[in-house]
Amino acid sequence: MNKEKNNKIRYLKQLNTLIKKELTLEWRQKFAINGILLYLASTIFICYMSFRLKGNLINPITWNALFWIIIVFTAINSISKSFNQEREGRQLYYYLIANPQAIILSKIIYNSGLMLLLSLIGYWVYGLIMNNPVENHWLFLINLCLASTGFASTLTLISAIASKANNSGALMAVLSFPVMLPMLLIVIKISKNAMDGLSTSTSMDEILTLVAINMIVVTVSYLLFPYLWRS
Amino acid sequence: MKKAWWKILTAALLLYTVIGGLIFDVPRLNILNETIRALHFHVPMWFGMIIMLLTSVIYSIKYLKSGDYNHDIKSVEFANTGIVFGLLGIVTGMVWAQFTWGEWWSGDPKQNAAAIGMLIYMAFMVLRGSLEDEQQRARISAVYNIFAFPSLVVLLFILPRLTDSLHPGNGGNPGFNAYDLDSNLRLVFYPAVIGWALLGLWLTTLKIRYRKLQEKLFIDS
Repeated sequence: MNKEKNNKIRYLKQLNTLIKKELTLEWRQKFAINGILLYLASTIFICYMSFRLKGNLINPITWNALFWIIIVFTAINSISKSFNQEREGRQLYYYLIANPQAIILSKIIYNSGLMLLLSLIGYWVYGLIMNNPVENHWLFLINLCLASTGFASTLTLISAIASKANNSGALMAVLSFPVMLPMLLIVIKISKNAMDGLSTSTSMDEILTLVAINMIVVTVSYLLFPYLWRS
Repeated sequence: MKKAWWKILTAALLLYTVIGGLIFDVPRLNILNETIRALHFHVPMWFGMIIMLLTSVIYSIKYLKSGDYNHDIKSVEFANTGIVFGLLGIVTGMVWAQFTWGEWWSGDPKQNAAAIGMLIYMAFMVLRGSLEDEQQRARISAVYNIFAFPSLVVLLFILPRLTDSLHPGNGGNPGFNAYDLDSNLRLVFYPAVIGWALLGLWLTTLKIRYRKLQEKLFIDS
């Protein structure tokens, strides 16, 4: 009993250290996150320029689709590096000292946090430049949080898979699009409801499905990662 | 000859399906009319695809547990047959849709979901192509196969139920539900499902044997 408890504490400590490690790494490579922020801002600006927006010209469906496309591409770009940024030798070192499940969990938690931050900033900038037709803000924000954690956890495992292959850049997109699409379709539907100002209770079904998918993705990654890690 | 009984059964069932499906009397439903016969050719493709892909995932899990290379071959070949069934399902569905909905592709949720499902398995094949080392390829593609399966389930079984579909039985369209699927149709439909699924199994076993022979030749030479 005591031993089990000890193990649990050690596991949590490991998780904590690993998340801290990710944060320090990000802090030391500030150019990476700055790059992603710039990517986000310039994509939004490109959309703004190419639609020649003045006032309320864009229709809500386009607004919605464009926003989520931007978020998806930002997610793919920011998370695809999560297994590539460290050198082989260091990966081997982690392999020796850390529990693989703690590693994937720490990466998922860290990436979710990162995506949450990015999508909130993205939403703010997008709303500022392209107008903000959303009426039910709470629903939209809940949806945004669920979507960014969902994208982050899906992409974390995919980036682990893609990092093992040769042309990981193209592979990352090819592997992740079809897997993310069901999630994306539900997310777009909820956010359309939020834009139309429908009450939160009307989209409860979709929200629950989204939560369920998120949980499935995290569990499956948790179970599968040790096999990937071994190679 | 003893082991061939199920192959003979497959041939007999499919012969029966083709003849019975085209000749037997069918109920006259609005919009559907004679195209209801597509039930025996289009719907079993989805059953077949789901069975093949499920088997593929099961073999992937087995591979991860045991590391036995044979399981990897089986899982790939089942996925391959699943793709063939999926593509046939889409094509037969498109032909049917042209005559009932008036368009080859009308953006029906089930149509889209099937197309995305195919993308997943094509990505699976691309992933396998881009990994050189055999063991690594087997393990990583098994991981992707298992990881992608839940989202296929969501695509095929959950999303179409959250939205209205043009498919019979959804969104107030006349369907092949328990009430409409009359006993005449069932007489052909159930054998058709079993027959097509067995054909898929047959194809897969042939492919597996072919692959194993190939490996053996490669090792011998």
